[in-house]
Amino acid sequence: MKLATRKPLLAFAMLLLTGSVLSLGALAAGKSAPLPADSLYQLSLPLTNQDGRTADWGGRRGKPQLVAMFYTSCQYICPLIVDSGKAIEHQLDATQQRKLGILLISMDPKNDDPATLKAVVDKRKLDTTRWTLASPREKDVRPVAGVLGIRYRQLADGSFNHSSALILLDADGRILARTEKMGSEPDPEFVAEVKKALR
Amino acid sequence: MRRSLLALLIALPLAGLAAGAAGIKYAPIAGGPFRSALKYEDVPKGVRVKPFALMQMPVSNAQFLAFVKREPQWQRDRVSPVFAEQRYLSQWASPTALGDAARPDQPVTWVSWFAASAYCESIDARLPTWLEWEYVAAADESRRDARSDPAWRERILAWYSRPSSSALPRVGLQAPNVYGVQDMHGLVWEWTQDYSALLVDSDNRKQGDADTAKFCGAGALSMDDRENYAVLMRVAMLSSLGGADATANLGFRCARSAN
Repeated sequence: MKLATRKPLLAFAMLLLTGSVLSLGALAAGKSAPLPADSLYQLSLPLTNQDGRTADWGGRRGKPQLVAMFYTSCQYICPLIVDSGKAIEHQLDATQQRKLGILLISMDPKNDDPATLKAVVDKRKLDTTRWTLASPREKDVRPVAGVLGIRYRQLADGSFNHSSALILLDADGRILARTEKMGSEPDPEFVAEVKKALR
Repeated sequence: MRRSLLALLIALPLAGLAAGAAGIKYAPIAGGPFRSALKYEDVPKGVRVKPFALMQMPVSNAQFLAFVKREPQWQRDRVSPVFAEQRYLSQWASPTALGDAARPDQPVTWVSWFAASAYCESIDARLPTWLEWEYVAAADESRRDARSDPAWRERILAWYSRPSSSALPRVGLQAPNVYGVQDMHGLVWEWTQDYSALLVDSDNRKQGDADTAKFCGAGALSMDDRENYAVLMRVAMLSSLGGADATANLGFRCARSAN
């Protein structure tokens, strides 16, 4: 029994050693380093943005991200989701703002084509150097909602019943914090986490 | 309708074999109008279930083992924690062997929604929707909808009141229902494709109140048939789960849309 437990311990110690070598390598290699196992970018997710460009969300690696799900035809909470993102941005100085990406993922790709997304960008005066509005493929909506912990159901009239959250990802796509408090008065604990991630 | 069912019957076994999933059998399910035990504010008159096909039995340990051997990224020591929690397949002796505690013909449990979805996708299938599952689960051996029969309800509820500490029976022990589908009740809980569409506010008093409800938008779910405890327990359970979660009694089966 003792032997049996010792071997995995040895293996574990070796793993730790190689692990630290790997993480040093990751610092040098940046984006090309292997993705951490608990990164949400493990989910393959091609997104088409407001400019009609399609790329996997893993390409956002390298910068912390504020992520939420929404849909453009929503009357009630989705404007609030944009407000929430803006409210958090207001808490940041210009340098911090440049270090944070904001990604709003549509749960309604059938309706939210690039032109529709672009209309929201224009109407809400969103700076696309920091903000991205994008639609996944239809079959990817439930999986991305799954990794973000969002629940939703499409209703007979095409609108959605859904839970809302802002999720903060680190530069490698790991969840750092999450808030369900929406609106123009941001959750102070969440803002503190955002600032910490941008240091 | 008949012709499409016949086409299903012919096409499905062949497609299954082609995907390396020998032994998996689907039952054709004729569609029809259906009143869910859940009350959907947006569809007061009930829904129409489209024809589809459903696996006759839940996926077994042996079938899931073959899958993780085909697709090693789903082995428990390799899977990302984003897709499956720590207890994923923890009943197996090793990542690629069942061992003595998990028999090949027992339903696979300790599987996450992501893993169950990936399994179905690997055999050109998908998880059934909640409505599809509930539609087939409404049947008994001779009727497509036995739900108003108190004897049927009691028989199902008897399972839920049994302790779940004993070993799971093998799949396919129960008599097939009118569609030829087995084990819808009385063996394991089952994932559905839209598990995260079951938005049940834990506090019933809040339903329909936009200011306090947890979910935004109209169309909150409530229970239309409060006597159907067996279904309500399944809904409550699924509505509490995340996609990476796994439990000792939660398995799945796959479905296919009719063309």
